[in-house]
Amino acid sequence: MTRKQKRLTVIVGGLAFLAAAAALTFYALGQRTSYFYMPADLAAANVAPGERFRLGGLVAVGSIERGQGLNVRFAVTDHEQTVNVRYSGILPDLFREDQGVVTEGSFDENRIFVADSVLAKHDETYMPREVADALKDKGVWQEEE
Amino acid sequence: MTVEIGHFALVLAFALAIVQATVPLLGARLGNARLMATAAPTAMAGFALVTLSFCALVAAYVASDFSVANVWQNSHSLKPMLYKVTGTWGNHEGSMLLWVLILVLFGALVALFSGNLPATLRANVLAVQGWIGAAFLLFILATSNPFARLTPAPIEGRDLNPVLQDIGLAVHPPLLYLGYVGFSISFSFAVAALIEGRIDAAWARWVRPWVLAAWIFLTGGIAMGSYWAYYELGWGGFWFWDPVENASFMPWLAGTALLHSALVMERRSALKIWTVLLAILTFSLSLLGTFLVRSGVLTSVHAFATDPARGVFILIILSIFIGGALSLFALRASELKAGGVFQPISREGALVLNNLFLSTATATVLIGTLYPLAIEALTGDKISVGAPFFNLTFGLLMVPLLLIVPFGPLLAWKRGDLAAVSQRLFAALGIGLVVALASFLFVDRVSVFAASGCGLAAWLIAGSMTDLAQKSGYPKVGAGVAMRRLAGLPGAAFGTVLAHAGLGVTLLGLVSVTALEVERFVTMKPGETLEVAGRVLTFEGMTPLRGANFVEDQARFSIAGADGKSLGDIASSKRVYTARRMPTTEAGIRTFGFSQLYVSLGDPTDDGGVVVRAWWKPNVTLIWLGAVVVMIGGGFSLADRRLRVGAPAARRKRTERPA
Repeated sequence: MTRKQKRLTVIVGGLAFLAAAAALTFYALGQRTSYFYMPADLAAANVAPGERFRLGGLVAVGSIERGQGLNVRFAVTDHEQTVNVRYSGILPDLFREDQGVVTEGSFDENRIFVADSVLAKHDETYMPREVADALKDKGVWQEEE
Repeated sequence: MTVEIGHFALVLAFALAIVQATVPLLGARLGNARLMATAAPTAMAGFALVTLSFCALVAAYVASDFSVANVWQNSHSLKPMLYKVTGTWGNHEGSMLLWVLILVLFGALVALFSGNLPATLRANVLAVQGWIGAAFLLFILATSNPFARLTPAPIEGRDLNPVLQDIGLAVHPPLLYLGYVGFSISFSFAVAALIEGRIDAAWARWVRPWVLAAWIFLTGGIAMGSYWAYYELGWGGFWFWDPVENASFMPWLAGTALLHSALVMERRSALKIWTVLLAILTFSLSLLGTFLVRSGVLTSVHAFATDPARGVFILIILSIFIGGALSLFALRASELKAGGVFQPISREGALVLNNLFLSTATATVLIGTLYPLAIEALTGDKISVGAPFFNLTFGLLMVPLLLIVPFGPLLAWKRGDLAAVSQRLFAALGIGLVVALASFLFVDRVSVFAASGCGLAAWLIAGSMTDLAQKSGYPKVGAGVAMRRLAGLPGAAFGTVLAHAGLGVTLLGLVSVTALEVERFVTMKPGETLEVAGRVLTFEGMTPLRGANFVEDQARFSIAGADGKSLGDIASSKRVYTARRMPTTEAGIRTFGFSQLYVSLGDPTDDGGVVVRAWWKPNVTLIWLGAVVVMIGGGFSLADRRLRVGAPAARRKRTERPA
């Protein structure tokens, strides 16, 4: 091979590699991302049962029900719509009524959200950002003192 | 008064940084030695001033001076002394001050150890450091003043976020910043070289120890952060692909690539332009990380109370530095002469491949981290890119890279013999295959995938050792001769072996935990037992306890082996920190060999029981021990006489020798 051909091989090889990596990345982005919705967004979003997404909002007052063993039911609300959530596991330390929460999971056939992870605030002065933004949009955001 | 002195020192440091940023640059331009000579003293004085300022803030924390807003927000008079001190950087303002302190520390070290640099290069490097320092000092003074006072002074503080009240806060941020900010040195060297339009192999020799030091610290900072998250957050996870973790991981990946490309440049004066670009990109990623973490654009445990003005300010700094450096690069890169040529199959070729993989991996992580921000800005949709994305893309890129790691150090420079190297790696390949096969056949519940992972880890460790075996001549010569030869090897030889083998150790830990972890999740009442991977936990009961600034309910468990023999006990608790009325969970962890038993508590149930989550985490500590091995390897390389900062004479001769 001449020097020119060699250089060409290296460049073509490198580009092919980068193209493969880029293709992989975009494939993965298409498959492995999940959307964030507030309860009121769900009507328009048309989410099928089983499709994974993240649901955020406030834990509805009086909705927390501890069932058998580890099962917990609660409702997530944005003061417009409310979605019932089922979760089996340890709730975060800062999980409380009327506090911001982000859950991840999917709807079952009865439109009950089955969550496999529940995130609450990391500290007292912190609200999940998606929730804070969405609540501000709806005008129900209250600044904490 | 101390507080005002601290504030004033910070203002002075800013003024001095502007001098440092301009005068030496002008001196280098005009060839004026006296102007250039201002660089080192200003750098050192700047360091002294920021140190003074930092100490003033620490003093305010130690004294619980709640007339300082920052202390009031983040401290409490009952907090243990260690956390009063570490709380200094457990908040936005304080952590930015620590950032700048480390930046000027590195500047002062360069000033101290760069006596043998060409005068113009030294002046330019320190001037660029001055620019960075000035920008971030201005940021602190304008948007994040840690010294702001409150009148009237509150009687009691609001306490530090309990999650941060841990020894981890004393170690993780300083280590991480030493890494992040340490890359500013290679950035400054790169920009200085571009300003001068001249670069040679000696440049790489000057830069490499700084890159190496920063990289060791960053490795430690990331590993420490991972272990901290593992034991403190109580979910038993060690890596979440959280955007903030990615923010520290990207400079690490790019820094690893830089470390290797600088090696090629130093030895063979090839890859000059690429190395300069990498040096710029690595620190740019550090700046991007600072932006992501400090601006609050991302949801994360690291996002302290946020303020949009800060985000915009850092974004401006970010654009000026990255944009400026890359424009300079575009203008000047063509002037840098290309260096030595090499065959594709050679040490250089292997290192190029390493760089190709590492930079592509960095790009994937970058895309995954920024994609949600871009989508939100463009369409308003809120999406999240999580572990599944990163595991797929990053994982697929790492496997081939790890496979070729053992080949690199065995290939000769310039033109290597792949067949001969493969032959030498035969034993390592055998070990890898045997380990893969054995773990598939003899360990329960191991998939083909996990077994291959174990094999890959064994291949990495054995393959890295092959290099040492070859250098010592073992087994051809006797063990005694081999040992003597090994003792005579330069530190860098062990550095490479340890760093590469450490990767294998970490990989083994990752594969073991992912494939073989056992999780139990039950409600327990006192006296009840729970079996986890052959160990029996007996719930002994709950005890209310009281700490300095918290109350807790501690659950005690005794552990027994399958044969009934006692293996000690373990305690996990639910705490409430009184000042913030904030609950936390303290996990109970007990180490058996390399594995750990991890117990975390959930809520109490109405009938007097408690929700218990227990994990058996096989070989989990190897994940972090591997990182320690990698760091020790880095330390060996750094200690190598040939690399030592400020010993140029011996080194210069070395490169003139034909490789």
